[in-house]
Amino acid sequence: MTPLTGYLLVAALLFSIGLAGALTRRNAILVLIGIELMLNAANLNLIAFWRYGPHPEALTGMMFAIFSIAVAAAEAAVGLGLVIQIHRHAHTTDLDQMNRMKG
Amino acid sequence: MSIVFYLLAALTVAGGLAAMLLKNMVHCVLALTVAFAGLALLFLKLDAQFAGFAQILVYIGAVAILVVFAILLTRGSETPKDGVFSRSWLIGLVIAAAVFAVLGWAVLQSARVLPHETAIPVVTVKQIGAALVGRYVLPLEIVAVLLTAAMIGAVIVAMHENVGHEKEGSK
Amino acid sequence: MIQEAISVAPQLAVSPIAEILWLIPALPIVAAGLGALRKQAGRKTAATLAIGSLSFSLLLSLFAFVHVLSDWINGVATREIANFTWIQFGATNVDLGWVLDPLSAIILVMVSFVGLLIFIYSIGYMKHDENSTRFFCFMSLFAGAMLGVVIANSLLLLFMCWEIVGLTSYLLIGFWYQRPAAAAAAKKAFLTTRIGDVFFLLGIVWLFAQTGTLLLYNNGAGSIESSSLSLLLSQPAALGLTAASAIGLLIFAGAVGKSGQLPLHVWLPDAMEGPTPVSALIHAATMVAAGVYLIARVYPLMAAGALAGGTTTALTVVTWVGATTAVFAALIAVAQNDIKRILAYSTVSQLGYMMAGLGMGGVAVGIFHLITHAFFKALLFLGAGSVIHGCHEEQNVRRMGGLKADMPLTFAAYGIGMLALCGFPLLSGFWSKDGILEAAQHWSVAQTPFYMLVIGALLTAFYMTRQVAYVFFGHWRGGKLAHESPALMTVPLAFLAFFALALGFIGTPAWPWFRAFLDGRAAGFAWSGFMEPGLLTLMGTSTVVVLLGIILAWQLYGDRSPKPTAPDALEKIAPIVWGWLNNKFYVDEFYGVTVIAFYGWWARVSDWLDRRIWGGAIAGVAWAFGMGARLNRFLDTNVVDGGFDKGCEELTVGGGLLSRVQTGRVQTYLRILALAVVALAAILIWSSRA
Repeated sequence: MTPLTGYLLVAALLFSIGLAGALTRRNAILVLIGIELMLNAANLNLIAFWRYGPHPEALTGMMFAIFSIAVAAAEAAVGLGLVIQIHRHAHTTDLDQMNRMKG
Repeated sequence: MSIVFYLLAALTVAGGLAAMLLKNMVHCVLALTVAFAGLALLFLKLDAQFAGFAQILVYIGAVAILVVFAILLTRGSETPKDGVFSRSWLIGLVIAAAVFAVLGWAVLQSARVLPHETAIPVVTVKQIGAALVGRYVLPLEIVAVLLTAAMIGAVIVAMHENVGHEKEGSK
Repeated sequence: MIQEAISVAPQLAVSPIAEILWLIPALPIVAAGLGALRKQAGRKTAATLAIGSLSFSLLLSLFAFVHVLSDWINGVATREIANFTWIQFGATNVDLGWVLDPLSAIILVMVSFVGLLIFIYSIGYMKHDENSTRFFCFMSLFAGAMLGVVIANSLLLLFMCWEIVGLTSYLLIGFWYQRPAAAAAAKKAFLTTRIGDVFFLLGIVWLFAQTGTLLLYNNGAGSIESSSLSLLLSQPAALGLTAASAIGLLIFAGAVGKSGQLPLHVWLPDAMEGPTPVSALIHAATMVAAGVYLIARVYPLMAAGALAGGTTTALTVVTWVGATTAVFAALIAVAQNDIKRILAYSTVSQLGYMMAGLGMGGVAVGIFHLITHAFFKALLFLGAGSVIHGCHEEQNVRRMGGLKADMPLTFAAYGIGMLALCGFPLLSGFWSKDGILEAAQHWSVAQTPFYMLVIGALLTAFYMTRQVAYVFFGHWRGGKLAHESPALMTVPLAFLAFFALALGFIGTPAWPWFRAFLDGRAAGFAWSGFMEPGLLTLMGTSTVVVLLGIILAWQLYGDRSPKPTAPDALEKIAPIVWGWLNNKFYVDEFYGVTVIAFYGWWARVSDWLDRRIWGGAIAGVAWAFGMGARLNRFLDTNVVDGGFDKGCEELTVGGGLLSRVQTGRVQTYLRILALAVVALAAILIWSSRA
């Protein structure tokens, strides 16, 4: 198993764990945490490919990952702000109870 | 594969697992922070020093703290009555397992054609800076706008209720 | 001696009187039409219309007769025809027309004259009746139709007028329709003559099919002129007859009905339910004569194919039917007690004589008796009417008696009529009846009809004497006393009596004017006419027979006047025979059991068929349609509507089911998203394997 494969598998595992958490936990904040974890797994993928790819000197992978970090941070901020606002209205962060958009 | 890699991988995965499984929200965040740290160390192992430090700065320094604040503001430290997992947690688990299976399969499928070790790249901050304002100037500006917008948006969204309701009422 | 078919060359120039000959029947018909528009109470108007129109017709008939007579005196035989096309379909025409020849001229005069006398008589007779407008309207229509029958040159026109005659006789017999007996008699008359008419129509149709025309005379192209006759003779029909004989027999069947010959005679006695003038007009002078006239008209057809001195099948049948009827009816007349019924059976018997005369002796013989019979039978009927009127509507002879003192004028006239009917020497009936007997004696086929006719003469004398004895001799057995009738009724009687006396002299052997006139030959007066072999013997025989009959009857009935309830003198002698004769040989009962019962059964079968089978079929079709409609409704409600509704329902349910996908929960959406990614990735990876 090449190092790259190892990193990729780790990233895949992290991704799945994050997804599992996002799909199963009740609290909205924990869903966001799961999403952060998924994003981080993707970042790891990017860096790994940058490192073991053909042209690391082009910095493509690294740049991608940096931007991803920035965007993730922004998104976390907005998301958490929304959760806080929802909590003010519904007095709960339980996702199971948030089905007002039910068809 | 070196032992360091395995250790770091184990740390990260453990942190991630803990983050998802623990009941106390604050414990989850702390575990998440451990996972972030593990990831940063993995970046360092991958000779992406800037990315690693950026990870520490942004994620651990900002995002995790933000999450903690959010938890505190939403009384997430209290354990809910019905349990922390949703009623249909098994389906979610299965789906996540399926995703892992597919991803793993994809990786292992193409294991033969993946390149081997190459030379260690040397990346200076100067190079990164030059790239940022050179080749990647557009994404940079856009991300700047995005961050500004996100900040303003977050502020508005999370503003205190009275002000928000007054504003809605007068419309 | 069979008279040869008259084959007279028709005049090419039609005289003016022949051109307006159609007015003779048209005037009374128009009078009837106008009369139909009047209210019932206008007796004077109705009578004036009827009598006026018939007088005009008489005038015109006399003109026509004089014209023909003058032609005859000049030695020219007349047959003037005027034809016109009525309907045209494709290449075939249906023509109508009228003919003026000696036969039609004489009958025209007879019908219109006797008719006129009867009309005048009925003014007095029907004085107390409220419905005289209807009466005179019908009588006019009848007279017009009868005159139409006489002048018709086309069998179709003849048939049309024949039917109108039948209709008006129905209307007149049932004139007092509130009486059930009158209504039944009218219906019986109509139905019985109808049976004959069906055969008549068959004969007409057959004739038209064979010869292509229904005109009798048409410049050589008519249906009874020589070319058509030779065509008909060459066509064989069933039972070894030629078409000519078969058609002749069918036409004779019509005459059998109308003239009351043997199987179809049952309506004539019952027809006495009508008023007496009706009986006189219809059953003495005119309608029953129509049958005889018809045979005389189509005589060339009936006599076609006769070998010299021989006879044809048709004429033989006519003779036998006539002779049998003569005897049959005379036997029944012996045992009747109603004054009019005796005369009715007498009419049937005399019509048999006429038919026999036509069959054996030819047109002149039969028609001569027709004319003399018309006068003395009308006289007898009107006399009977006078008697009935004078006896206050009594009709049973056994309740009359001794009227010769109370009603002398009627007695005188009636006596003359009675003697004429019996064939008393030198009266009109004697000459005409002798003509028939002479023809019978010389008939080539058999002598039996001769003996039958002689026996008939005996019976005629017998029953007439019986009737006269009961009515005028003896003593009065009725209720109120009788009185003489008014002049309006007795004057026509006098006229008719004169003719009954004198008319015979135009046909004596010494001066056979009548036969010569009809044939178109000259006639001279010669006493040598009496010298024909066997003629004087025959005259003597008939005189003896008549006297024998009178004396026999006088012995039995004389001046005696038995009580109305006592049995008749003849009944005392031969009660079983009397029973048969009194009940008219049970012919009516026989018909009732066979024909009418069969018809009733047939009507019931038809009703059942109609109700159950045809009605059932239609009901079945309707039921099927109803079922179809119900099925349609079921399908419409359940399948179409239901299908549609169900479809919509399913859509709604499906939509409801699908909307459950929208749980409103983020995690659900996320899961689905992840699943989709897995699936997509799997496909991509699978397809890109090396």
